[in-house]
Amino acid sequence: MTTTTKKAPPAAAEHPGVPSASEVAALIAEAPEPSPTLIKTFNAMMAREFRVLRRNAIATFTRAVMQPLLFVFVFAYVFPKIGGGFNLGAGAAASSGARAAGTINFATILVPGLMASMLLMQGIMAVTFPLVMEFSWQRTIEDRALAPVPIKVLAIQKITAGAVQSFIGACIVFPIVLLVHAAGQAPHVHVTNWGLFALILVFASLLTSSLGLLLGTIMDPRKMQMLFAVILLPATMLGCVYYPWSALHHIRWLQIVVLINPMVYMSEGLRAVLTPSLGHMPMWGVLLALVGGTVVFSYLGTRTFTRRVLN
Amino acid sequence: MTPDVGPAIRTEDLRKTYKSSRGDVAAVRGIDLSVDSGQFFGLLGPNGAGKSTTIGMLTTLVLPTGGRAWVAGKDVVADPVGVKRRIGVVTQNNTLDMQLTVAENLEFRSRFFGLGLREASRRATQLLEVFGLADRRKAMSTDLSGGQAKRLLIARALVHRPDVLFLDEPTAGLDPQTRVNLWDILRVLHGEGQTILLTTHYMEEAEALCEQVAVIDHGEVLASGTVNELKDSTGAETVITVRYEEAVPEGVTARAGLADRAGVSKVETDGDYIRVFTREPEGVLGELVTVGSAAGLTVRDATQLKPSLETVFLTLTGREYRE
Repeated sequence: MTTTTKKAPPAAAEHPGVPSASEVAALIAEAPEPSPTLIKTFNAMMAREFRVLRRNAIATFTRAVMQPLLFVFVFAYVFPKIGGGFNLGAGAAASSGARAAGTINFATILVPGLMASMLLMQGIMAVTFPLVMEFSWQRTIEDRALAPVPIKVLAIQKITAGAVQSFIGACIVFPIVLLVHAAGQAPHVHVTNWGLFALILVFASLLTSSLGLLLGTIMDPRKMQMLFAVILLPATMLGCVYYPWSALHHIRWLQIVVLINPMVYMSEGLRAVLTPSLGHMPMWGVLLALVGGTVVFSYLGTRTFTRRVLN
Repeated sequence: MTPDVGPAIRTEDLRKTYKSSRGDVAAVRGIDLSVDSGQFFGLLGPNGAGKSTTIGMLTTLVLPTGGRAWVAGKDVVADPVGVKRRIGVVTQNNTLDMQLTVAENLEFRSRFFGLGLREASRRATQLLEVFGLADRRKAMSTDLSGGQAKRLLIARALVHRPDVLFLDEPTAGLDPQTRVNLWDILRVLHGEGQTILLTTHYMEEAEALCEQVAVIDHGEVLASGTVNELKDSTGAETVITVRYEEAVPEGVTARAGLADRAGVSKVETDGDYIRVFTREPEGVLGELVTVGSAAGLTVRDATQLKPSLETVFLTLTGREYRE
């Protein structure tokens, strides 16, 4: 069997990308001796997350900031301007038993609430969405799963990276919810303990990203839209974002039922450190729930993650 | 217990059964393999034979349900991290990091294996040059063609000089030109002493590349050895199959005395076809046509397979090898 074609071109030109034997010999001879350690690999994985985050920073944080920005704009700027009838905050504030009930406006309630809501959104977006992508279609998760560390380290790395992104998101939202308001409608934010504020933020970030990992490993990728309807929306609406938990004492059953919602502890924890003048849940309860929730979600998420990666 | 030196890959009665609500599925049912260092080993079988599950177990991403396996002397279950340090894997899917550029895919993989920033960058540059991807270094990995993506996957598997390179169906879905191109790359790597285990469902790929082949089907090794050994042991025969428009009546082949022809080892009749395994194929096809027409059968099609891995498969399983 012969084919008559033009003069055969040199192999290299015919097959772009075919290395010569000497090139490959060099490739193998000059290969660096790998010396991976848990820390080095973990750090490299974190570096990869930051590279991606930096590349997508504007899109990521624009998406994240729009909701809280519009919220404070409408409720702390538009509503106070268009009339007292829309002054939603007074009722909630008064019933929360705040000493200075008369001076509490809705903006004050919104600051911690919107930050908590931002944390949850970021946790889900930073961990759940990428994970669902990595598990579906081409299973790109195998790329990282073949790195020389145990699979659970990969899970912990995903929680850590997600928490960092949540934390950054919350730091971006803080000035926005603080500064966007009508004249005379400034939120009464008074941070007395910055250390505690940071601690609450860190644990709330870890809680959302560990929850994000769990959701990402148990969600059916075809039912992602359900995430908004079944998880995000109820968690936010019933998460003491728009009203303090203490104000719910009028609806006692609801005040008890919402305690299963991790969002409540994030909102209330931030409320306790940002707007202490407003009634809030006791700090020990908040910390217990944030730390306990992080531990439980991390444990379950790491387990389901390992099971999904290794089959 | 654990052989620290010795074969690059060894398995003992390796098994994997997937449990599901609709019953258990035995994907791999007791495979014994031994691959020497420096060998180019092919795991050949049709789709669904258990090749990917086997490679999954050897690369630690699938947990065996029975038996044992060692790669580079490390137990895949007891020391998965030790195994992962010593292997490079080219997955069947495109598992490139879609969020990263071509160069970053290599740099971060190097860093996962403990290389410093500068070293990782130097290694990436070197690999991109050698694999003809230097002009695409800044492209996102999602923008590569199928062949380029495959080359990058191979480059990425080589960042840390693995003891064993695994390739799962590396040329599936690639055009013939790109496939030949990849074969050339693999030959060069093997020539430089790289141990390679490749799975494929392309007969000609195994014939073209592999020194040792294990033919697997339904999760079991049917035969193993060099390509020539396999052909000699079971399939040094030509397989001639003639299909007719009608069902073949019983006794047709016996009356014609097909089995008594010189060189014929086996005559099969099933449904609408007659199949003859013979060392002397001369004239057999013509005779099958004659025998058929004498019995009132019309020939629909006829195939004559020269001794190859395909006839080996046919002889071992009684089924035609379909891709």
